[in-house]
Amino acid sequence: MQINRTIYKTEPLKCWEKAKELRNKHYRDAANARYEGKILSSGSMEAFTELIAAFGDHVHMASEPYGASIGSDPEFSRQCVEGLESKGYARDLCAYTRNYLGSVLINKYHFGGAFPVPDFCFQAHSCESHGKWLQAASEMMGVPYFCIDMPLAPHGLRIENRISYLADQFHEAIRWLEKTTGRGFDDERFARAVENSFVSTKLWAEICACNKHVPAPINQKNIFTFYVPLLLDRSSDETLSFYRELRDEAKYRAENDIAALPSERCRLLDDSPPPWYFLGLYRYLEQYGALSIGSTYSFGLTGAWEDGEDGTMAPKKTPMEKGIHLKTRDDYINALARWAIERLFYFMSMAQPEDKSVKMLQMVREWHADGVIFHLNRGCEGLAFGQKENNLYLKDAGIPTISYEGNNADKREFDEKRVLGRIDAFMESLGLKKSG
Amino acid sequence: MVKAGIDIGAATTKAVIMSDGKVLAQSITDTGLEQVEAVEKVLADALSKAGVKREDLKAIVTTGVGRKAIPFATSDVTEIAAVAKGAIFLHPAARTVIDVGAEESRAIKVDTNGKVADFAKNEKCAAGVGAFVASMSRALEVKVEDMGKLSMQSNKDIPMNVTCVVFAESEVVSLIHAKTPKPDIARAIHDAIATRTTSMARRIGMDKDVMLVGGVAKNPGVVDSLKRHLQVDIVIPENPEFVGALGAAILAG
Repeated sequence: MQINRTIYKTEPLKCWEKAKELRNKHYRDAANARYEGKILSSGSMEAFTELIAAFGDHVHMASEPYGASIGSDPEFSRQCVEGLESKGYARDLCAYTRNYLGSVLINKYHFGGAFPVPDFCFQAHSCESHGKWLQAASEMMGVPYFCIDMPLAPHGLRIENRISYLADQFHEAIRWLEKTTGRGFDDERFARAVENSFVSTKLWAEICACNKHVPAPINQKNIFTFYVPLLLDRSSDETLSFYRELRDEAKYRAENDIAALPSERCRLLDDSPPPWYFLGLYRYLEQYGALSIGSTYSFGLTGAWEDGEDGTMAPKKTPMEKGIHLKTRDDYINALARWAIERLFYFMSMAQPEDKSVKMLQMVREWHADGVIFHLNRGCEGLAFGQKENNLYLKDAGIPTISYEGNNADKREFDEKRVLGRIDAFMESLGLKKSG
Repeated sequence: MVKAGIDIGAATTKAVIMSDGKVLAQSITDTGLEQVEAVEKVLADALSKAGVKREDLKAIVTTGVGRKAIPFATSDVTEIAAVAKGAIFLHPAARTVIDVGAEESRAIKVDTNGKVADFAKNEKCAAGVGAFVASMSRALEVKVEDMGKLSMQSNKDIPMNVTCVVFAESEVVSLIHAKTPKPDIARAIHDAIATRTTSMARRIGMDKDVMLVGGVAKNPGVVDSLKRHLQVDIVIPENPEFVGALGAAILAG
C-alpha cells in the first residue's frame, strides 16, 4: 500500500449537535407521548411508520436503535440481559432483542423512568428475530401487535410479486390501525410522510456518496451518529430538513477537501453493526491514520441506492424526480412498497451472501478502500451470516482484510485487548505505524 | 549495532541479542506474574552470555502478550510481525509460518519480500495451544515433557469429541477408566491441537515452505500430528521458541 503523507485541513461538523439533539428529543417524546395525546408505537425502524403517520402525531420507538442505545451502556445492558436470561431467554438471541425485552421486563427506560409502554407494537419482520421479538414485547406489555412480513429475497428476484405482497399487507395494516387507534386515515398526511421518506433516504445515500472523495469528509464514527434520526423517524419534516442540511455540509466538505481525519492515510470499509460500547475502536484506528469510510450496514440500512447510469452505486431517484405523479392512496402504497423492495440491498446477507460479497467489492473500489474490517458479530446472526465467505471473496480479489469477534450490543462477548492486538497486527501488515 | 529482542509470552520470556545481523546469545525464563522482572532476568542472562553490557544496547524491542508492559523498551511490535521476520531470517523460503505457543497460536502468510500478507490467530480456544498439553498431562499423570514421546508410541486415531479443554479433561478421565492406553490418549490430545492448527492455517491458505515455530514445536508428538494433518513437510528451526524474540531484534533496525 502506498502511504500518503498529506495532512488535510479539517473542521468540526456543524450538524453534529443537531443530530444528537434530534435523537434526545425523540426519546423524550417517546416518554411523553401519551401525556401529549400522541400515538406511541414501537417496532423495527423498518416498520413503515408512514402508515402510522397518517393517523396523527405519533412517536415510533424504534426497537433496534433503542437496543443499540442500551448496548452502548454496558452496566444498563447487563441489568437488562441478565434479567431476561434469568427468565429463560437464550443468551444467543439477537443482542438488540435482549436489551429491549430486558428493559421492558425490568421496567426501566434507558433515558430515565419507567419503560414507556406503547399503544401498540407495529413491526416489520425483516429477520428471524424481528417477528417474535415484538410479539414477546406486546405480550409482556399487554398491547396489540401487528406484523408486516418483509419479503426478503436475492436482489432482483420476483420484484413485482414482492411489491404486491407488501402492498397488500399495507392495506391490511391500515384497516388494523383504524380499528386499533379509533382514528381515520388521512391520505394527505400519508402522502407527505411517504414523500419525506423517499427524499430522506435518498439524501442519506447522497451523504454517504460524498465519502468517495479523498479525503473522506465524514468518518464512520460520525456516520453512526448522523444516521440515527433516519432510523428513528424517516418520514417527518424535521428529519428531512436535517438531512438536507447534512447533505449540504457533506458536499461542501468534499468539494473543499475538508477531511474527517487530517492524517488520512488508510481508508477502510467495515462490516456489521459496530460494538456500540466500544466506538473508541474508530478513534484507535485514527492513531494509524486510518479511518472507516462506511459499510454496507451504515450505507444500506437507511440509504436508498440504485445502479447509476455508469454502473456505480448512486443515490436512488425518487418517483417525484422520475416524473411519476402519485395521486391516490394506492399510488402511494405501491410506491412505498416498491421503494422498500428496490432499495433494501442491505439484507442481502440474509437472502444471498454472494450478492453481498460482490457489493462489498464494489464499495471497496468505488470508495477507494485499502482494506476491510469484519466484525464477526454474535449479536446479529443474520448480518453475520456469510461473513467468512465475504472475507474469502475479498481476499481472492486481493483486498486486505481482518476480522475480530464481538457482539454489537453485549459487551460480555468482547475482548478489547485481543481485538486491538489484531488491529495492531493488521495495521503493521499494511505498513502503517502509530503516530506519536 | 547491538540490539535486543524480547518476547514476553504467557508462559516464558525469551531474549535474543544481535549485532550486525548475527545472533550473539539468547536466554529463556518463566514469565511468572511479574513481567518486568522476567524481562530483566532474561535480558541480563543473555547479555552476560553475549559479553555485552546493558549500556551498549542501542535498542530493545519487545513483542508477545506483555510487549507493552516494559517501560524501558525502545519500541514494540506485534507477534505477527516479529515471528514473520524471525522465520524469514532463519529460512528465507518460508511462506507459511505456524506459531503455536502456550496460550495463543498464529498462522502467518509471508510474501516473497518477507512481508506479512495475511494472518489468522487463535486466542480463544485453549484446545489449540500448548496449555492443552500441559493441562492434559496432569490428567494423565505424565510429565509434560514426556507427552510427545508417549503419543508417538501410538498409531491409533481416537478423536477427542469435545471442543472445550475443561470438558476434554473429563473425556480423558473417561478414556482412562475405559482402559484406553495412555499413548493412544496422548496421541488424541496432540491430534486435537493439530486439527485446530490445520484449520487455522488453511484459513489463510498454505504455500510452501511451511515452517513451525514456538515452544510447542519442540513437542515431537505435535509435530508428528501436524505433519499427518497438514500433509506437507514442515521446517522446524533449531530453537523454535526464540523466533519471536529474534524477529523483534531484527525489527530493532
